[in-house]
Amino acid sequence: MSITTSSSADGRELTIRVKGRFDFSTHQDFRNAYENAPAGLDAWIVDLRDATYLDSSALGMLLLLRDHAGGDGSRVRIVNCNPDVKKILAISNFEQLFTIQ
Amino acid sequence: MSKARLRILVADDNATDRLIMETLLKRQGHDVRTVLNGEEAVQSFAESRPDLVLMDVMMPVLDGISAARRMREMAGNELVPIIFLTSLNDARDLAACLEAGGDDFLSKPYNPVILQAKIKAFSRLRRLHGEMQRQQEYLVAEQQAAKSLFDRIAHRGVLNASNIRYLLSPMAIFNGDVLLAARQPGGDMLVLLGDFTGHGLPAAVGIMPLAEIFYGMVAKSFGLEAILREINQRLKAVLPSSVFCCATALHLNYRNRHIEIWAGGLPDGVIHCPQEGMCLPIPSRHLPLGILHPDSFRYEPQIVEMMPDAAVYLWSDGVVETTSPEGEMFGEERLLDLFTTARLGTDMFALITQRLREFGHLSDQSDDYSLVQIRPDQAVEAVASREQSVPGTRASRQIGDWSMEYELRVDSLRVSDPVPLLMHMLLQSPGLRKHGSVINTILSELYSNSLEHGILGLDSAMKNDADGFRRYYQLRAERLQTLTEASIRIRAEVMPIRGGGLLRLRVKDSGAGFDFASSAPEGQNPAYYGRGLTLLASLCRRVEYFPPGNEVLVEFSWREQGNEQRVLS
Repeated sequence: MSITTSSSADGRELTIRVKGRFDFSTHQDFRNAYENAPAGLDAWIVDLRDATYLDSSALGMLLLLRDHAGGDGSRVRIVNCNPDVKKILAISNFEQLFTIQ
Repeated sequence: MSKARLRILVADDNATDRLIMETLLKRQGHDVRTVLNGEEAVQSFAESRPDLVLMDVMMPVLDGISAARRMREMAGNELVPIIFLTSLNDARDLAACLEAGGDDFLSKPYNPVILQAKIKAFSRLRRLHGEMQRQQEYLVAEQQAAKSLFDRIAHRGVLNASNIRYLLSPMAIFNGDVLLAARQPGGDMLVLLGDFTGHGLPAAVGIMPLAEIFYGMVAKSFGLEAILREINQRLKAVLPSSVFCCATALHLNYRNRHIEIWAGGLPDGVIHCPQEGMCLPIPSRHLPLGILHPDSFRYEPQIVEMMPDAAVYLWSDGVVETTSPEGEMFGEERLLDLFTTARLGTDMFALITQRLREFGHLSDQSDDYSLVQIRPDQAVEAVASREQSVPGTRASRQIGDWSMEYELRVDSLRVSDPVPLLMHMLLQSPGLRKHGSVINTILSELYSNSLEHGILGLDSAMKNDADGFRRYYQLRAERLQTLTEASIRIRAEVMPIRGGGLLRLRVKDSGAGFDFASSAPEGQNPAYYGRGLTLLASLCRRVEYFPPGNEVLVEFSWREQGNEQRVLS
């Protein structure tokens, strides 16, 4: 499965890791990952270290996650982006909505 | 449960085997046709398509496997189960039968129970297959509906204007690509290239509100900011969170001789001025449309001087992602190289499409990208000649007789542009409608004089070089931001006069005014510079300033007689 999740020790932070192509085929798994997460989360992390490719449906999924996490007041970080992924996020100016590392 | 009555074709060169099978099948209630060899089987198949074929493998003239192959070709997408009848026992031989195109096999001597079970199983398969085909047909019909909707929307504007060249992917409806172009009544042109996330119908759905708002507002003289704000708000409200529209939009402002560009989410475009050897990128600085809450929407456009040979190039990500047969992507670098290495006079649009085709080994029909070239078109500049004959259908007696006063104070001066609204009101007068371009020029000139010269104290001379151009707009934004007290009052009157109509505009700003009484002609009077007095004087029959120079009055009249309207200047 190309989506794995892990929680921090205190259970307040959830990390969703995406491997391979982050596109429409990962839609359902990605949704399940955050919808089935325990309540009371402070922070969300999307780890893209093993993600090879991001298309516009992936951007859409990130927006859905952001909505789920509280919209404008949410704290969602996108980490370990390779240069290609960074570029895609930059063109869409997603750093205005997410913390990107 | 009633058994379906199937039409079954049996092919076997052995008469006894044939008879046994025929009897078995008829007893189970099916219609049976029998043939002696593969050739006859193919012929029978062609004449009347059976629901199921039971075929011996070893037959003279044409064997079962070859016959099966011909039948598959004839059937195309339709499902035709073929069961091989065989006395072969070896697993490898049986496997070979399946690999050769059979769907199943039945061993001799025939077991009637197994035969019946297999026929039932294949009937179920046929039903499922039929359902799948029907759903496929619905999908295709849906997509065709989306496409025709899309075509009607896309052709509403002025995409066929002489200054626009474009190539919209034939797959656009499925990619969510959209290109819109329209002209304001005053002559300015606005263009928007968009790329919705999603495919097929979900993407096409977003195009509707986008196009409706764009065309509606451009027709009412609204500017780019107001239009994009409205589009963003509507898309956010109507579409799911994961659907948004990457877009680049531009406004060809002929009066100010500049191009205003807003880019959100599309790959960087380019402004190419071959004679200056200039190739400016158009970077995406904004989030795509439909994501941000209205209060968070940002409008920070790029404003570029409208050079005579400038051309704006925009493209969808399909351009950069065009892939060669070896799997390499065309890429942004290769594309930008085309601009920097092109010789003067090269047709860049043709060059880009040619290179893309060569690179991807594409034919005309498989261009899966969108590309547009926009040049400021001198021919449609909003300049009125002294006498303009505009044919009307019949004498219009509806000149109108009204006046209005509109005052903007600081908060509104900072964010609103009253010109579109005022234009909209003025053009309610049928007589004025035909002079939209001229009225827009006059009104815009008066307003920007009051705001930029009268209140903000800016000097047009600054706009003379590329760098100054940028500084001018920067300064304009800064001074507007720090404004504490200011106002502009606009009074408009429309009334009938002998032979036609009169529009009187009076604009007063809270600034210090200027020395309008100086006798030096405009070119040499620095105070006049940039106030476009020559232009106003050429369009209006009266231009008068009042002391201390912060109030101006202009009159524009037009004649209405019989089947012609003439502008009196």
